[in-house]
This record gives sequence, structure tokens and C-alpha cells, in this order.
Amino acid sequence: MSTVTSPSLPAPSTPAAGQVAAPSAPSPRAARRTPTERRRWRRRVGVDLVLLAVAALFALPLVWLVLASVDAEADLRVGAPSPATTENFEAVWNEEITFRPMLNSLLLCGGATLLTVVCAALAAYPLSRYRSRLVRPYLLTVLFTTCLPVTAIMVPVYGLYVQVELIDSLLGTALFLAATQLPFAIWLMKNFMDGVPIALEEAAWTDGASWHQALVRIILPLMGPGLAVVTIYSFIMMWGNFFVPFMLLLTPDQLPASVTLFTFFGSRDSVVYGQLAAFSLLYSTPVILLYVLIARRLGGGFALGGAVKG
Amino acid sequence: MTTTLASRPPAPKPGRPATGGRQRRRALRWLPLTPATALLLLFLGGPIVYCVAIAFTDMQLTGSSSTSFVGLDNFRHAFQDEHFRNAVVLTLVFTVLSSLVGQNTLGLGLALLMRRASGPVRTLVGSLTIAAWVVPEIVAGFLLYAFFRDEGTLNAVLDWAHLPSQDWLYSAPIIAVSLANVWRGTAFSMLIYSAALAEIPREITEAAEVDGAGGWRRLWHITLPMIRRSIGTNLMLNTLQTLSVFGLIWAMTRGGPGNRSQTLPVFMYDQAFLKALIGYGTAVALLLLLIGALFAAVYLRLLRTEV
Repeated sequence: MSTVTSPSLPAPSTPAAGQVAAPSAPSPRAARRTPTERRRWRRRVGVDLVLLAVAALFALPLVWLVLASVDAEADLRVGAPSPATTENFEAVWNEEITFRPMLNSLLLCGGATLLTVVCAALAAYPLSRYRSRLVRPYLLTVLFTTCLPVTAIMVPVYGLYVQVELIDSLLGTALFLAATQLPFAIWLMKNFMDGVPIALEEAAWTDGASWHQALVRIILPLMGPGLAVVTIYSFIMMWGNFFVPFMLLLTPDQLPASVTLFTFFGSRDSVVYGQLAAFSLLYSTPVILLYVLIARRLGGGFALGGAVKG
Repeated sequence: MTTTLASRPPAPKPGRPATGGRQRRRALRWLPLTPATALLLLFLGGPIVYCVAIAFTDMQLTGSSSTSFVGLDNFRHAFQDEHFRNAVVLTLVFTVLSSLVGQNTLGLGLALLMRRASGPVRTLVGSLTIAAWVVPEIVAGFLLYAFFRDEGTLNAVLDWAHLPSQDWLYSAPIIAVSLANVWRGTAFSMLIYSAALAEIPREITEAAEVDGAGGWRRLWHITLPMIRRSIGTNLMLNTLQTLSVFGLIWAMTRGGPGNRSQTLPVFMYDQAFLKALIGYGTAVALLLLLIGALFAAVYLRLLRTEV
């Protein structure tokens, strides 16, 4: 399997999952340890300690988030909540702060994801099934597009949207989000589709099925996990996207959670950190759960391999 | 190509098509490519073309009627503008510190160490780094803002260790945002390197071990050469990723204090919107796009030698 990767590939599960072969565990009976085993054991303890120190640094900000969200008097330091409380969650658990932004995010990202996945599945079919001199250049262009820094085109996109009056429109924003995610989705989808043997479709063709029947009834069901990865991954990327809706949406009622979070936290002087932490947790939960879902389903390097082959 | 296909009349239904019909049917097979292509051309291709066009004008937010062609003025202005040069330097610092040194080296280090660690530790480190990676950008910005603030966790830790504390976001904002980017992006490198390391045949390292090569020599002479392509790929993708970081920096420092953490994307936003110089901002965007395109082209070449 090739280890090349496409940009921002969906993560496989934690690398612990079967990829990394650890040296065999030392025997529990210390008396029977050979010197080599003992040396290995000591080395492993050393490695563990170093890794734990790094892990602590990675953990601190996350631990702060969790602790602050249940702390009635949260400040910026990690610390045990003075009185542990759910009042931060209660304070943000209302339409204004949580429900509407989350619903906006859902509409925006759900719609854009749907569009991305449908377009990518359609595009992947001919790219995967038919031969033409144009397939390779098309795929290379798509891959090239994946790499372009989207941040850079936000200024022209804004200018263009003002002129065609797509500014401050959920639809317009969803269309742009879909377009930014599309190149990678096509690339992934094509590679997953290559994994479905063509023989099954040929049988369907003989029975008189058209290409779209073959695609919907045979190929897509067979590449279920691949389809799930493309869908969930696109959704995660859009859910976390801040700059695009920040630029293209103006009306407060339409803002998705990423932007409202920023707006709250932007007025820093009067920030109630506990509530902000609670809302951050609520906003992050869906993507973390979805991530765990694809990571479990596609352990190991499968997604990595799927991202590149062909 | 696809657009011409799309405008053709629908083909007659099966049966035995004549030669002309068959050709039309062959062309129609590419029809499913149209929605995606249209979306890409309209919403990515369009803005890029528009970007090239208005980078040479003096467009301002206040009214597009007065826009006129100014040739290379924006670019000339950029290279003479000390704020632009400052942004270029900061972008370089940010990229080298957080991507080349931070994410890449730390990711490789973690991947190497994790092969030797015990199971639970491996799972713990993996989950934590990946959690930092999965959390949405703005949440990460908020968390690291809290971490680096004067009264934040980092200083608490430094106090506890009797080390001098300072207001990181004020005294060293670019370092703080670089470290934040390391926190956020290391998981990606770690995953790539874990996959690459898992593919090195065990016999090779074992043979070197038997021959008496120490850890560092094995790393330098065997491991690194064997994963050099992954290193290339990873560096390229990290760099591209880092070039377009905006939300993290914006949430933590807004490019400040002053402009001491103003990388190119932040500078671009600042000029185009806060200073209302769309033309100039777009010129900066175009430069950023060109740098990105350059890296992307190198990346494609790397892939070609590999696939």
C-alpha cells in the first residue's frame, strides 16, 4: 500500500489500532527476565515517561475546557471547579445561544455536505469506470485544487458575492463550502469506487440497467463505508469552518456556531469563561462523535490508502 | 470539454444505435461529471479568475464605480510596504516554526516513540493529539488563547516549576500562535509517519541492530531514507495547511499586538476589509495563491514519482 496521502485526509483511527507493532511484552515473572528483556523494559518505561509528558502538554488546554465548563467561577487557569455545577450549560442551553447557531450550522453544513457527496459520487462514476485521455489531467487538476489555500480566495469570493448578490445568503455560503470540499471528495470517492469490482455492474448492464441504476443500486451500496467516510469527513470539515461563513454571512440570525462562538469570545471583556467553555463543548461534540465513528469503522491505514491509490 | 457535452441533445434510448448515435452515447457517458465541474468552475475557478483581474485594479469597498486599472501598482506597493514585508517575515517564521520544525519533527518523534511505548500510553497520546486536531478551529483558538494568556494555564505551570512567567500573547505573540498551530496540527504528521514507519520491513531494522548500529544511526541511515517520500509529502501538505491558517491566529491575537503576529492571510483580511482596499488585498491574496500553487505543483511532482 502506498503511504502517499492526499491533503487533509480523513484520519484513520488512533495509530494504536494495529498499525504499530510493539516489541513483545516482557515476561511478568521478573526472575526469568534475561538482561536484554530487562534493558528493553527499562527503555520502554523511559519512552512512556517522555510520551506522558508530551501528552500532558496536549491535554492541558482540553482539560481546562472540560473543567471550566462545570466551574461556576471559571477563570483561565486549569483548576478543580470550586463548586462543580451545571449552571454554565443551563445558561447557554437556549435558543439564542445554542439551538439557533447549531441549527444554522446543521442546515449550512448538512446542505453543503449533501451537495458535495452527490456531485462527487456522480463525478467519480465516469472517472472510475470509463477510459479517456482526459481522466488523468482532470484528476490531477482536482488534486491540485485540493492543495490551493482557500483562505487566499476569500477576498475575491467576497467581492464576487457582493456583485452577484449572494452575500449573506445561506444558499450561497453552502454552495461555496461545497465547492471547497468537492475536490477532495471527488478524489476520495473515485478511489473508493475503484475498489468496487466492475464485474457486478456488467451483469446489471446485461440485464438492461442504465448507468445511474448501476451507480445507485449496485456501486454505492457496495462502497458503503467509503461513502460514509466521504460524507462524515466533508461534514466535519465544514462544521469546523470559520472563515467562510465569517466572511459570507452577516445577519446574526443566520450565523453558524463557529461564528457565534467567535463573536461571544470576541467581546472579551465581559466574557463568562465557564459558559463559553460549555458552549464550545456542545459545539465540538458532534464532530468528535462523528470522527470516532469513522475512525472505528475504518481502523488502520485504510483511509490513508483510499486517499491515494490510482 | 464537459460543458460542450452538456449542451448536446439527449441521446435516443438504447436499442441498436447508428454510428452517430453511438458516438453521442459515448459522449453522454461523461454527463455525470457536469454538476461537479460546474460547481468547481463557478465557485473556485470564478473567484481565482476574478482574483487575477482585480489584483490589478484599485478597487475599494466604498464604491466599485471608481475602480480603474492600475497595472502592477498593487504589487509594487506591496513590496515597498513595510507592513507587507513584516507579514511575509512573520509568515515565514510561523511556517518554519510551526510546520517544518514543530508539527513535522514532533509528529515524527511521537510516531517513533509510540512504536516503543506500552499500549495504554500509545492510545492516550494518540487520542489526545487527535482530539486537539479534531476540535474545531475556533474552539482551538479559544483554548489556546486561554492557555497562553497572562493569567492562563501556561503561566500557572511555569509558576509551579519556579520558572519566570510572562504575558505570552503580548511578549511573543508569533511564538504563541506557532505553538498553538503545533498543538493543533501535529496529529496529522504523526498519523502519516506512523503509517510510513509501519511499512518498513522489520528484518531491515533488525539486521542493522544485529550489525551493531545504534538507535541514532539506524534512524539516520535506515529509517529516514526509507520514509523520505512520506517526509516530502508531509512537509508539503503541512506547509500548505499552515499558509492558510487564519481563524486560529484571528481568534488568539487578531494579528496583534500591533502587527506582531500578522501573517499574510491576516494582513490580507486587514487590508481588504478593515482598510477597505479590496484591490490591494486581492493582490496579496494572489501572491498567497501563487505561493500555494507553487507548493501544490511540487507536491504533484512528488506524487508522480511515487504512484
